[in-house]
Amino acid sequence: MYQYDQYDQAMVDTRVAEFRDQTARRLDGRISEEAFRPLRLMNGLYLQLHAYMLRVAIPYGTLSGAQMRLLGDIADKYDRGYGHFTTRQNIQYNWIKLSEAPDILADLATVEMHAIQTSGNCIRNISADQYAGAAADEITDPRPYAELLRQWSSFHPEFCALPRKFKFAVIGSETDRAAMRLHDIGIQIVRNAAGELGCAFYVGGGMGRTPMIAPLINAFVPLDQLITYSEACLRVYNRYGRRDNKYKARIKILVHELGKDEYTRQVEAEFAHLLTQNIEPPLAEFARIKAFFADPAFDPAAPDAMPNGDPAFLRWVKANTAAHKARGYAIAVISLKPAGGIPGDASADQIRTMADLARDYSFDEARVTHTQNIVLPHVRKADLFALWQKLVDADLATANLDSIGDIIACPGLDYCSLANARSIPVAQRISEKFAAPVRQDAIGELKLKISGCINACGHHHAGHIGILGVDRKGVENYQLSLGGSEGADCSLGTITGPGFSEDGIVTAVEQVTEVYLAQKQGEERFLDTYRRIGMAPFKEAIYG
Amino acid sequence: MNILTGNDLKSGAVVWWDGGAWSHDVNAAADVGSDGDAINAREEAAQRVVSAYIIAADAGPHGIRPAHIKDRIRALGPTVRLDLTLQPGDADAATRVI
Repeated sequence: MYQYDQYDQAMVDTRVAEFRDQTARRLDGRISEEAFRPLRLMNGLYLQLHAYMLRVAIPYGTLSGAQMRLLGDIADKYDRGYGHFTTRQNIQYNWIKLSEAPDILADLATVEMHAIQTSGNCIRNISADQYAGAAADEITDPRPYAELLRQWSSFHPEFCALPRKFKFAVIGSETDRAAMRLHDIGIQIVRNAAGELGCAFYVGGGMGRTPMIAPLINAFVPLDQLITYSEACLRVYNRYGRRDNKYKARIKILVHELGKDEYTRQVEAEFAHLLTQNIEPPLAEFARIKAFFADPAFDPAAPDAMPNGDPAFLRWVKANTAAHKARGYAIAVISLKPAGGIPGDASADQIRTMADLARDYSFDEARVTHTQNIVLPHVRKADLFALWQKLVDADLATANLDSIGDIIACPGLDYCSLANARSIPVAQRISEKFAAPVRQDAIGELKLKISGCINACGHHHAGHIGILGVDRKGVENYQLSLGGSEGADCSLGTITGPGFSEDGIVTAVEQVTEVYLAQKQGEERFLDTYRRIGMAPFKEAIYG
Repeated sequence: MNILTGNDLKSGAVVWWDGGAWSHDVNAAADVGSDGDAINAREEAAQRVVSAYIIAADAGPHGIRPAHIKDRIRALGPTVRLDLTLQPGDADAATRVI
């Protein structure tokens, strides 16, 4: 994985010193909250319901064991013994003291981490396929390109004050595991008829109050023009994106209002101009970056047979591992979704355990997924049983990936000052109701996502079943939607009808699954059945 | 009653105006009547508390209950982590939040 050079480290260290000085001046009253607020937000420090919240950037979700271990130590030293992995592949701490925030940033800097650009109207953390560099179906590893984008976008002077926040996702497979088309810019690395690699640019996607699926604006941008084309996309947005209305300021609104063709025309014109300016980083720099992402030393003699044995272990293997590109290896996913648990939360001890497991079983590397789980990308199949036993000991062996128990949920009204309703208790009740393995297995793949407000951090628009919490005259109410998908078959969910109480939404989800089980044909997933039979049978069951 | 709440500048902790200072206990909150804006302005200048605002609340047999669920959760702590409750002396506090 990428390692800082002296410039990276100097930038981060300088920012820590700068924020330490700013914080000291705030605490002794030399600067006002109004002046300080944007400064702390630039360093990922929000004020939430109960305390300050620090969001730490995890570039494209990739962590070393040492970085993961430090995240656990921070949870103990500065927070209340746990952290929350987010849908942006980051981690958040919920109980931070302002007076200690500079010390946390200093600790993060010792392992090449920071919280820069995890807030504000700038280019946020670049997300990517969590199986990058490991997936059997990968065309190429997207992480070197994500890292190039990270370096380009960090402190980019032209894009530090965009009309609104801006999110990239990069994938290198046909299978979209990063919700790529629901980003401001989604980049899919593709191969053309001549066998050359390039980037398909999807621009203007997003969730929030106006969900949109990004249209394809250019099917093949040569890889050595990635930054130039990105710059052109951002320049047009920065020039014409609305700054008069926060709710219409995202690039999706600009692309929608201009129309895809006109936006594309303007980008291509800007791109042609920028090509004359030679802004693309030199190939030598990209080669330097790419060298950090070389394959680890896979053992060519690693046994390829999947281990056999304990039924619970085999169920975990079936649910929580994926095909690896190297013979004898598997991708293992640690679910942070135990039945009745808080999606994405992990205790300090669990975080340190995952760091140890990454070191011992996965070439010292782990990934955070946008579905709030943790990936060990390179595990020998022969080691899976030993790994699973250690996960069992740490209460991390839940076998439910992509099942109804693997729920995405934002922090909701339990933590977030923007939320209108609680998300976590709904997730807990649903995961408990469907906890029985036989029931989860009968339902199969069903992605359920819950947001506590219209900002959609819980990705409810993209849920096969989506739940949106709203405030109805001071009482929590939950809207249900069906048919969303974040993958290559991307679609937005449709609201079923009137909302429900907390009890009612749990019952409604159960009724929806019963309709599916009664109507499914063959090996249909929930989403397939919904798309075949439509909304009517589900509405009939829910509303009578 | 009207009460005044905010977050402590240094720690970020939820605090309530008790009539002379900021308390961590919602049940210490004083009815600020129509003086909330003036107190808020004075306290903002003192820079001890951030994002202070006035809310409606009721005083009942179990103490002070903010009118809105968001402020009841602020008074209790996360409903999903009762081990972190901000009202450790009231074992039933969580049952009255929703």
